Amino acid sequence: MTIIRLEDVTRTVALPDGRPLTILSGIDLEVFEGDRVSIVGRSGSGKSTLLNLLGLIDSPTSGEVWFEGAPARSFSAAGRDRLRGRRIGFVFQQFNLLARRTALENVMTPLLYDGGRDFWRRRQIATRMLENVGLGHRLDLPPDRLSGGEQQRVAIARALVRRPRLILADEPTGALDLETGSTVMELLERVADETDAALVTITHDPNIAGRSTRHYRLDAGVLSIRDEARR
Amino acid sequence: MNGLPSRFLTGLVGAVSEAWSELRVHRGRVLLSLIGVGVAVCALTGVVAAGSIAEQALRESSERSGGRAATMSVSAYNPSGAQIPVADVRAAFQEAVRRYDITYSSEHGYSQQQIRFPDGRRLVSVETVEVPFGQMHRVETIHGAWFTDADERRLAPALVVNQRFWELIGSPDLRTHPTVALTGSATDVTALVVGVTPSSSFETEPTSFLLASQALALLGPADQEMYGTPQFEVWVPPAISQELGQRLSADISGQLGDDVQVDVYRNDYAEQNAESLRQVQLLVGGIALLVLLLGALGLVNIALVTVRARIREIGIRRTFGATAGRVFFAVMMESVVATVAAGVVGVMLAILLIRNPITTGYIAQGVTDVPPFPMEAALLGLVAASAVGALAGLVPALVAVRVKVIDAIRY
Repeated sequence: MTIIRLEDVTRTVALPDGRPLTILSGIDLEVFEGDRVSIVGRSGSGKSTLLNLLGLIDSPTSGEVWFEGAPARSFSAAGRDRLRGRRIGFVFQQFNLLARRTALENVMTPLLYDGGRDFWRRRQIATRMLENVGLGHRLDLPPDRLSGGEQQRVAIARALVRRPRLILADEPTGALDLETGSTVMELLERVADETDAALVTITHDPNIAGRSTRHYRLDAGVLSIRDEARR
Repeated sequence: MNGLPSRFLTGLVGAVSEAWSELRVHRGRVLLSLIGVGVAVCALTGVVAAGSIAEQALRESSERSGGRAATMSVSAYNPSGAQIPVADVRAAFQEAVRRYDITYSSEHGYSQQQIRFPDGRRLVSVETVEVPFGQMHRVETIHGAWFTDADERRLAPALVVNQRFWELIGSPDLRTHPTVALTGSATDVTALVVGVTPSSSFETEPTSFLLASQALALLGPADQEMYGTPQFEVWVPPAISQELGQRLSADISGQLGDDVQVDVYRNDYAEQNAESLRQVQLLVGGIALLVLLLGALGLVNIALVTVRARIREIGIRRTFGATAGRVFFAVMMESVVATVAAGVVGVMLAILLIRNPITTGYIAQGVTDVPPFPMEAALLGLVAASAVGALAGLVPALVAVRVKVIDAIRY
């Protein structure tokens, strides 16, 4: 089943002098349930903009983004925010954990925006999630008391605590050493497998990109497929 | 519980818990910014409460001395200085009261009476009154009761004495019908104490009320000459007091003859005093409001700086599903939760300030029954704190909503 589909998507921004700058052009991409997709590209190639479009944070200048079969432009702003919270999980390069909050409070944060039963059970769910990523003994520690690998594991637990259908990882190992990066990726893939979520990884690292089943390259705003091995 | 109500409830609880967690994390900053708000709320609540208590004190003492609104005094005198027979004035007053169908009227004279106490004779101030006087002046008793019509028919004169008087005769139980000896014009007379009025802290001398009809038998012509013609009082609806006063004056002077001057004037000052007190309250309340506004400005300033420092965090929250409305509400709630907490502390401080014996003794001087801390003052303080919180939270909340998620995450 298709989770998200980008159809001839273009993203243009206006420069201070009024001239348009095309960041992405003619992007076609389809992500399926349980998919493992990697996108590599140099700095300034439009990777983050693409990630924002996939995460329903940004809207295309032209073309269409479909999420679970519905055109994203048909959602209201609040509806899009809620959908993002429910269906999409983000893992950032700099972890982006909330400072001065414990690991448990960080993982509980997405559940604060759940309008259902999970809101009331957020502490148990977050605790279970942290135990699942091997941090059951670090629940009450703030980010600055955790190692880089542990912080990224907290970020992964936080991204997946609402069981998203789509996980967007922006340079997830960029701030980690090789060994820790590899462990973190294994964990990310394992937890994504457990929930049958699609994982889209944006990276510089060919080793990390190599772990995916479909590989794309983004060059000057144009997405090209490198090879595809559908699982 | 599904759908919209569930989402609303979880949204509300979520926003409050988010706000609370934010305040907990930044407690140092919050505490500092809220001191001003807390002090202002304390001042506002304190002023309103102290004003209410002082107003009650003023009204109480005013009513005791001048009567309830509108109590009018009727006095008759001869401009030439010649004595007018009391019986004539009394008869003319009673005739006028009957003619205008006035329900509450009383004679009110002052004299002195020798009374024998266990430690010797003393000269005691006596107010000669009639039964309705108790209601007209809202006289309270702590033991026994005010005069009734039955007391008028007693053979022995009845007395309502003040607490000091009662203490001087050994604080007897009034059910034992305690008596005192009065020195009459010819011989000593035994009087029965039927009621005791409370004495304020500054009242040290014994005083007493005596029914005017019974005083007639006790006071000789010499007393009348010494203390002059008593005054008469009527208690009438304030709306008709002015017109009725003019008619009473004309009526009584008509009865007493052209050479007698009759003055009728309002004796109660409760309303006028309350009005001037209200003006003071408004002035001090206005200053407290200004302080509150300054506190709010400080709060806005700090909240704005904080929101700018939190742009990244807001962006992160947006990626996890926080809608713009939710971010607005959460930032607003931070301010409201904080100021309400400061308001509660301010109100509690105001209660401590107002209800402690030193302040109470000062503002409620002479009040026998100090009223409780006015609920409306506490409510006003809390409402003011919430309003300041909402106002101070509005600007940072608007800034927070305008944060662009993409830029915020890279911030």
